Amino acid sequence: MGSKQTVFTHEQLEAYQDCTFFTRKEIMRLFHRYQDLAPQLVPLDYTTCPDVKVPYELIGSMPELKDNPFRQRIAQVFSDDGDGHMTLDNFLDMFSVMSEMAPRDLKAYYAFKIYDFNNDDYICAWDLEQTLTKLTRGGLSAEEVSLVCEKVLDEADGDHDGRLSLEDFQNMILRAPDFLSTFHIRI
Amino acid sequence: MMMAKKWAKFLRDFENFKAACIPWENKIKAIESQFGSSVASYFLFLRWMYGVNMVLFILTFSLIMLPEYLWGLPYGSLPRKTVPRAEEASAANFGVLYDFNGLAQYSVLFYGYYDNKRTIGWMNFRLPLSYFLVGIMCIGYSFLVVLKAMTKNIGDDGGGDDNAFNFSWKVFTSWDYLIGNPETADNKFNSITMNFKEAITEERAAQVEENVHLIRFLRFLANFFVFLTLGGSGYLIFWAVKRSQEFAQQDPDTLGWWEKNEMNMVMSLLGMFCPTLFDLFAELEDYHPLIALKWLLGRIFALLLGNLYVFILALMDEINNKIEEEKLVKANITLWEANMIKAYNASFSENSTGSPFFVHPADVPRGPCWETMVGQEFVRLTVSDVLTTYVTILIGDFLRACFVRFCNYCWCWDLEYGYPSYTEFDISGNVLALIFNQGMIWMGSFFAPSLPGINILRLHTSMYFQCWAVMCCNVPEARVFKASRSNNFYLGMLLLILFLSTMPVLYMIVSLPPSFDCGPFSGKNRMFEVIGETLEHDFPSWMAKILRQLSNPGLVIAVILVMVLTIYYLNATAKGQKAANLDLKKKMKMLQLLVASHKYPASPEKVHFALLFQICESPANKHCGASVFLFYP
Repeated sequence: MGSKQTVFTHEQLEAYQDCTFFTRKEIMRLFHRYQDLAPQLVPLDYTTCPDVKVPYELIGSMPELKDNPFRQRIAQVFSDDGDGHMTLDNFLDMFSVMSEMAPRDLKAYYAFKIYDFNNDDYICAWDLEQTLTKLTRGGLSAEEVSLVCEKVLDEADGDHDGRLSLEDFQNMILRAPDFLSTFHIRI
Repeated sequence: MMMAKKWAKFLRDFENFKAACIPWENKIKAIESQFGSSVASYFLFLRWMYGVNMVLFILTFSLIMLPEYLWGLPYGSLPRKTVPRAEEASAANFGVLYDFNGLAQYSVLFYGYYDNKRTIGWMNFRLPLSYFLVGIMCIGYSFLVVLKAMTKNIGDDGGGDDNAFNFSWKVFTSWDYLIGNPETADNKFNSITMNFKEAITEERAAQVEENVHLIRFLRFLANFFVFLTLGGSGYLIFWAVKRSQEFAQQDPDTLGWWEKNEMNMVMSLLGMFCPTLFDLFAELEDYHPLIALKWLLGRIFALLLGNLYVFILALMDEINNKIEEEKLVKANITLWEANMIKAYNASFSENSTGSPFFVHPADVPRGPCWETMVGQEFVRLTVSDVLTTYVTILIGDFLRACFVRFCNYCWCWDLEYGYPSYTEFDISGNVLALIFNQGMIWMGSFFAPSLPGINILRLHTSMYFQCWAVMCCNVPEARVFKASRSNNFYLGMLLLILFLSTMPVLYMIVSLPPSFDCGPFSGKNRMFEVIGETLEHDFPSWMAKILRQLSNPGLVIAVILVMVLTIYYLNATAKGQKAANLDLKKKMKMLQLLVASHKYPASPEKVHFALLFQICESPANKHCGASVFLFYP
């Protein structure tokens, strides 16, 4: 039902609806948002699966992301090569995970990857410092930053190896009452 | 296989359709990006309430109002459906209609209009039964939907280790990803930084209690003032209701606008000004802002609840008066009927061609109708509440914002940063107001089937009006303190209000006799007798016999006993599972320790054996034990 669209084949749309939490209308709307970011670059016909990547600078200037201190990390986590340049699949994936329909476990998994700045599958003290600096825009002194990092590792590091593994992080974040409502982008 | 595919496709199309039907998505998104998730949560709550009220409206409209309008006797055919002769001249005046008297009173909007005939129309629609059942269904549906929303959120609460991950949660969940506005982002950065600094200070400094006695005395004083305010407001409402009864006896033309609307204005104004008083008293108490917010909410809740119950008490007084009046009126009517018959017989004996006996329904003397009065009171209260809210927003938010914006150029101090500056959106106040208004709807909708419809209109306009006001006149909060850890706090209050508002209604249905002259239950001894009547007439006799056996007290007691035992058993199971859960978690931690200690060979054997013995001990951990053995071949 709905209007005839020529951007995707029927199978492609069904596949997108299977892989993301979006409805048909939302997928079309998201495609047009993606296309508007770079009209010259993104073709209006995706039936041939073109290999098009929108550069990070354009993604980071979207109104939903431009004020977010973690926008670069989000783009890097969801892009294919970790450089922040996103294909349409990455784009849909990103907003699907950040939407309110995504379950907690999925969000926790991606949150871990976002806050793991050096991509070593652990959130170490350096990652925590980076997170904190971005969060307070340099408003805390170095001593305060190290105190907070120490406290975080104290609280959440279950296996006492000086860094947070995925299990530690999940254990901690799944109990947080605000996690679902803050880790959410509406588009 | 084809069927399964088609079914899956149908389900997906239905999901798409449902998602497309959700209203106001863009508005809420705009508010979220500018104000953050906590302000938007009020609008999400408003939208959810709109959905619930829509269902209530559909129930009452399609099963009560529409059948009566289509198949019931029209206006003017029965005494109860006609404006009395004395009031006819003014029945269509705006003033009278605004008070829901006159033509509005004698219409499908209120209880009194409905006829007590067992069936109406060619479909034999059983109106009294439908009226009763829809009333009960509305209450049942509301309970179900609120409980369902609460249980959906229970998983979010996370088991309540409030302080175990204080700093971790601050680091990983304080940024609100919904923010899309640079000013809000600035505010958020500042508030997060301040939050961290406060937490660090609390962590470093020991809690030194300075001058405990002074603080305790001040807090006692503050609570004393609060009690005084609560008592004062309760008395004021009682006095206002009594006065409004006196005014009702007088001629309506001699009363000014204030006298006519006094009680509703008093209730609305109290609801507006007392919270500011509470805020003032809270200055004495010197609590942490989060705790102070909880105290404030508790006090506002007590205030609104007290007001509501005083209002109901005064109403009960009035109802009892009307019931007493009924007996007098009954006696009068029998006298009047006797006179009419005498006059008719006299006219009949004079000329042989007797004209048929006809009295216009408007001239028949009426009995008092306490149910319609109750319905009218609630409708008036709702309408005045709406108007007060809108006027407050216009004056308090919009005019203030205009003043600050335009007079800032020619004023001595900076209006925008000092006093008065722009208002912040008061989330808790608005949510509480919404909850209490809904309580009034639940209370009044049995006596005024139009109330859910009026509420739908109100919520619809509120959504647009408040969205506009928030975007235009309010600024994002500088410091965000959420009242609750999860949405369950407000839903819990809603559940409490639902319970407290349905209690008076159920009491009135079960113990008060319906008016003899109006409504679908007139002539019966109690309203619920309509069920018994339906069982006798409409169901085969064997069913009635079975149902009568079911209501045998012995059986009822046995059922109650079984339910109590089931609740106890489920409770015990839940506790047992929670304990087993904690146990497993501990075991997992020890396992991790073991794995870690294996890397640093201190004394692994000791730890190893101790752990194995521990695991093998508890019976719930057969799986855990097996995995340990797999781990260490």
